Amino acid sequence: MQIDLRTVSITPLRQTFDNVAKRLGGDKPASRYQEGTWDVQARANYHYRPTWDPAHKMFDESRTAIKMKDWYSFKDPRQFYYGSWTQSRARLQETAEADFDFVEQRGLVANLPATIRKLALELYVPLRHVEWGANMNNASICAYGFGTAVTAPAQFQAMDRLGSAQYLSRVGLLLGSQDDLVAAKEAWLNDAKWQDLRRYVEDSFVVQDWFELYVAQNLVLDGLMYPLLFRRVDDFMTSQAGPVVAMLTRFQAEWFVDSSKWVDATMKTAATESAENKAQLEAWATAYAARAVKALTPLVTHALGDAAAGAIDEAMTQFKARCAKAGVSV
Amino acid sequence: MDMPAKKLGLKERYGLLTRDLHWDTTYQPMDKVFPYASYEGIKIHDWSKWEDPFRLTMDAYWKYQAEKERKLYAIMDAFAQNNGHLGVTDARYINTLKLFLTGVSPLEYMAHRGFAHVGRAFPGAGARVACQMQSLDEIRHFQTQIHSMSVYNKHYNGFHDWQHMHDRVWYLSVPKSFFDDAFTAGPFEFMIAIGFAFEYVLTNLLFVPFISGAAYNGDMGAMAFGFSAQSDESRHMTLGLEMIKFILEQDPDNVPIVQRWIDKWFWRGYRVLTLVAMMMDYMLPKRVMSWKEAWEIYAEENGGALFADLARYGIKPPKGWAQACADKDYLSHQAWNVFYNYGAAAPFHTWTPSAQDMDWLAAKYPDSFDKHYRPLWENYTEMAEKGNRFYSKTLPMLCQVCQIPMFFTEPGDPTKICYRESEYKGDKYHTCSDGCKDIFDYEPEKYVQSWLPVHQIYQGNCFERGTDPTAEGFDPLIAVLQWYHMNIGRDNFDFNGIEYGKGSEDKNNFEKWRAMSTGNM
Repeated sequence: MQIDLRTVSITPLRQTFDNVAKRLGGDKPASRYQEGTWDVQARANYHYRPTWDPAHKMFDESRTAIKMKDWYSFKDPRQFYYGSWTQSRARLQETAEADFDFVEQRGLVANLPATIRKLALELYVPLRHVEWGANMNNASICAYGFGTAVTAPAQFQAMDRLGSAQYLSRVGLLLGSQDDLVAAKEAWLNDAKWQDLRRYVEDSFVVQDWFELYVAQNLVLDGLMYPLLFRRVDDFMTSQAGPVVAMLTRFQAEWFVDSSKWVDATMKTAATESAENKAQLEAWATAYAARAVKALTPLVTHALGDAAAGAIDEAMTQFKARCAKAGVSV
Repeated sequence: MDMPAKKLGLKERYGLLTRDLHWDTTYQPMDKVFPYASYEGIKIHDWSKWEDPFRLTMDAYWKYQAEKERKLYAIMDAFAQNNGHLGVTDARYINTLKLFLTGVSPLEYMAHRGFAHVGRAFPGAGARVACQMQSLDEIRHFQTQIHSMSVYNKHYNGFHDWQHMHDRVWYLSVPKSFFDDAFTAGPFEFMIAIGFAFEYVLTNLLFVPFISGAAYNGDMGAMAFGFSAQSDESRHMTLGLEMIKFILEQDPDNVPIVQRWIDKWFWRGYRVLTLVAMMMDYMLPKRVMSWKEAWEIYAEENGGALFADLARYGIKPPKGWAQACADKDYLSHQAWNVFYNYGAAAPFHTWTPSAQDMDWLAAKYPDSFDKHYRPLWENYTEMAEKGNRFYSKTLPMLCQVCQIPMFFTEPGDPTKICYRESEYKGDKYHTCSDGCKDIFDYEPEKYVQSWLPVHQIYQGNCFERGTDPTAEGFDPLIAVLQWYHMNIGRDNFDFNGIEYGKGSEDKNNFEKWRAMSTGNM
């Protein structure tokens, strides 16, 4: 059986905005992602040069070495606009909240072997500073990038990383106390095994080319750090002590899968645009990957000991395969 | 077993989860990591004195905002499905939305990018996070506005190429240059311009009249995004106020700099509000209150109290304050007159007020309306009814700073146009008021860059590629409107039609569709 509810129907004059219709190849119904993203950033007749960067226009394609005929070739496969993004993150948040509650209410922390608890505190809590760096870098990409198709998801990414830093802080508070946050910061600033990573992050803060920054942060550092620390080391802890720690870092693991879809699509679009872009992306990715491996090695070694070298090789192989799929040889 | 950790207070917990994430860099110098923090001359000695204006961690933010979005989009869907647009008072109202989409929504987007910039630029972590949150809210506002007005675009003219128009159309350079000015200023000035002057001092005169107008005129669609943005807006207001107090408390040398910014941005913002004044008094079929009443409540009373509060820092009310208060009897009438004149060149409709509208205006403006403006409207109406609807075909002179046509009058004399002139590097520049002249004179190197629509038209920069201005019968106005992507004859001219009395397409469609939805045709 079918019921037939009726509404008054009037014929619209048009289906969507002209700029959207042009991109769709005709006047067709458009999605909210398309109407809220395409051609949104002002393009013409800027009134004044930025007093903070008089060498450039307000929005300026030449702030990166990457060249695109059309900056709206970039597509977010997740089709995020604010509403869909925030609802997707609310689902991650709800899961994370349930996991944290479960661990807390069942007193699971007390049964965690001391070595694993210590390792989790030593490894995951200082990472909150890396996430904070990623927040700053994605704010940069949003501020100085070109075209809403890249800059809007960068802003969402920036806030994701703030959220991630806050969840890692809560891991510290749940597995330990405020003192562990203090100790983690001390390690981040002075412990030898963190210094190459901190140098990597601080150097990224002064990168002027926003696409280079995108590669350094979202492709390379995340692309090696997440699989190694939030997957490989996580698996190790689970094998030793059950999934308690994995529950508390589930946000990061699931978020990375989601974010990678966007990063891969962005790289692929830029790389297939021209041979010059491809060469530039490869040069950046190769150089940053070498630095990232060096920066992550002491941390993976701290967690996995002799198994570290194998784990890093494997992560690197996967990373290269992922880049190759996006058209970038590393 | 360890002792259970003591429960953290909200403020302490928020501090740990935000500003404690920050560290002072050592592999790269701090002034290279934050290169834009000092060139404006603002002295900040201790960012830890920053009081977080709201304490919202991302988990709570996602939870609350997702709930708001679900509700808002449910209303939008229902509005579209039910042809909610046919419930508005009459089709004249829809022109306020065209003004909003082409003039205001692009500013929401610029706010998003501007707050991303300052959310990266400030060395203080607490301030950065608060600004980033605002950046995020601003893209929300921009996108919910586009999505709400998408349904109007499907049924009415003038919405169809909003971004292209925002970058080009003559009067849209008023709001555009306003925000470009703030965006290209330093991060501290941006915060005084947008966070304080715009969001805190003027928001009740910009955003609120549009949304109240929507509510009064039966527009559930626009009302829904406005009401949904309310809690975001109150966060933004708190941020603006915290920022100004923080700067003022950090160093007495900051006071004169901030005072100059307040003078500038009050005047800059007030000039943009000209568009709101005419919207309130002339464009809303059912009016919320007059511009004059709104000014008295939101500027004179509320603003007065605010500046009394800031007096303890040595801050005085903005320089143009008295002038703005004196202008409240004239502003909206002068503005609508200009838009009526240039009704062929704007992608929304204009009209003369009805007899009933004029009685309302006379009652609200006893000192100015009958004396100066009623005769004007009666004359225009009579001309139109005789088949001679007046359209001005010459281009107006624009103010170098606010970019509004020079129609404002001299203080104390509403019959004499006000002109001011400055010289810079041998060229003359014109401004509409003492307020705009002061702004120009302080930073001429900035304002000589203004992309002034009228100058650009005369320089031949506003025609489609391949246009030949020497061809026989070349009509420059038509060529400019084509370059604007205007649907000539559908987007522009009088609400009552090109042929006066036959109705514009919007007017006729609205009446036809409303009859369809309320009767049996």
